[in-house]
Amino acid sequence: MKDRYIFFYITVLTAVVALLLSAAALVLQPYQEANVNNEKMMNILQAADVNVEGANVQELFNKDCVKMMLVNSKGEVVEETTENYTSSAAFKMNLKDELYKRDNGQDFVLPIIVINNGKENVNVLPLQGAGLWGPIWGYIGMTSDFQNVVGVVFDHKSETPGLGAEITTEKFRSQFQGKTIFSDGKFVSIDVVKGGVANLAADLQKHSVDAISGGTITSQGVNNMIENVLGSYLPYIEKQ
Amino acid sequence: MSKNLELLTAPLRKANPVTVLILGICSALAVTAKLKPALVMALSVTVVIALSNLVISLLRKGIPSKIRIIVQLIVIATLVILVDQFLKAFVYDVSKQLSVFVGLIITNCIVMGRLEAFAMGNGPWESLLDGIGNGLGYGIILVIVAFFRELFGSGTLLGFQIIPEGLYNFGYMNNGLMILPPMALIIVGVIIWLQKPEEDKK
Repeated sequence: MKDRYIFFYITVLTAVVALLLSAAALVLQPYQEANVNNEKMMNILQAADVNVEGANVQELFNKDCVKMMLVNSKGEVVEETTENYTSSAAFKMNLKDELYKRDNGQDFVLPIIVINNGKENVNVLPLQGAGLWGPIWGYIGMTSDFQNVVGVVFDHKSETPGLGAEITTEKFRSQFQGKTIFSDGKFVSIDVVKGGVANLAADLQKHSVDAISGGTITSQGVNNMIENVLGSYLPYIEKQ
Repeated sequence: MSKNLELLTAPLRKANPVTVLILGICSALAVTAKLKPALVMALSVTVVIALSNLVISLLRKGIPSKIRIIVQLIVIATLVILVDQFLKAFVYDVSKQLSVFVGLIITNCIVMGRLEAFAMGNGPWESLLDGIGNGLGYGIILVIVAFFRELFGSGTLLGFQIIPEGLYNFGYMNNGLMILPPMALIIVGVIIWLQKPEEDKK
């Protein structure tokens, strides 16, 4: 009798809790998705050097977004969207999965989001890489000819506060503006260097930024992330 | 009435879960680099302790004693998941800063300690008050620690610049150690140090 009561008790309790949690998850899901999308749109706009301070991000994004594209490994555009951005494949894409496919020799597609920031059309590309303690990611905005950087946004899961986590600060990010990823027509990416960009030769300065003191591994992670991801876009970039 | 008031106020000082019982230190170190996450964490923990105390107190006569810990865990875990979902839906940026620490409220010793020590043997109203009291006792320490860490570590409070720009021009610098967890431990230690002799006198 006693055991039967215990069994009955825990079954009923579990069922009640399961119902409660499923109901809560269903009711709250739209709000949570909207938050995630909002943050993504904000990051993309910031990478394109759009001022998002105090603006309605969704409205601003729909106004400024020109188109979204998916390009494949040969640099061909396989899909182009000009409306319903938040439900498009380019917006929802999981870059990590695509990079994984690439590293295993499979077909992959990469998104390009074109944003008009009022002065020019900016190609915004997502970034994904590894920091010291966990993943780091972000967006990089390139001019329409892919020569210069317009802006970058970085975020991280668990980099050290005050050291590696400084990659999200304006001070670090603003260094990227105006840098070029090509040197004499060759892809050189952007180098995150130690010892001061100001001490480098003039032609190296154009594609170098200062690393974060005490955040060497995270800085290196940013360096590798940009090189790794932008490298995959080269077939498309070379066709422009 | 005064006994009920005691339930609410004792955990703030005399029986503070953090500085006297030394429970819940882990999250107190982790979420106190800034004031805002500390406030949200304090509120979340208060809600979880108060409600789980209330629920367990209501159920206490029916809970089979062999599985009481399991039942307590189910109640705590459910409430924590609900809180986490609410934070993700309505204060997304803060929930990102708190990250795993909301989920870790489940293992916060204060919550389970109160269920075992109080709610299993007292009525719902007293349990609710005890839960709120302990949540606030935890929260007050979090807020004190976060106040000093944000002020001296980032020069801001709740994100607003407090240390005037002019001071920086004279060579004042934010203390980098303040935003690292060890400093939280030191501040908690200082609070205990200041509090202890006073309690001993009584």
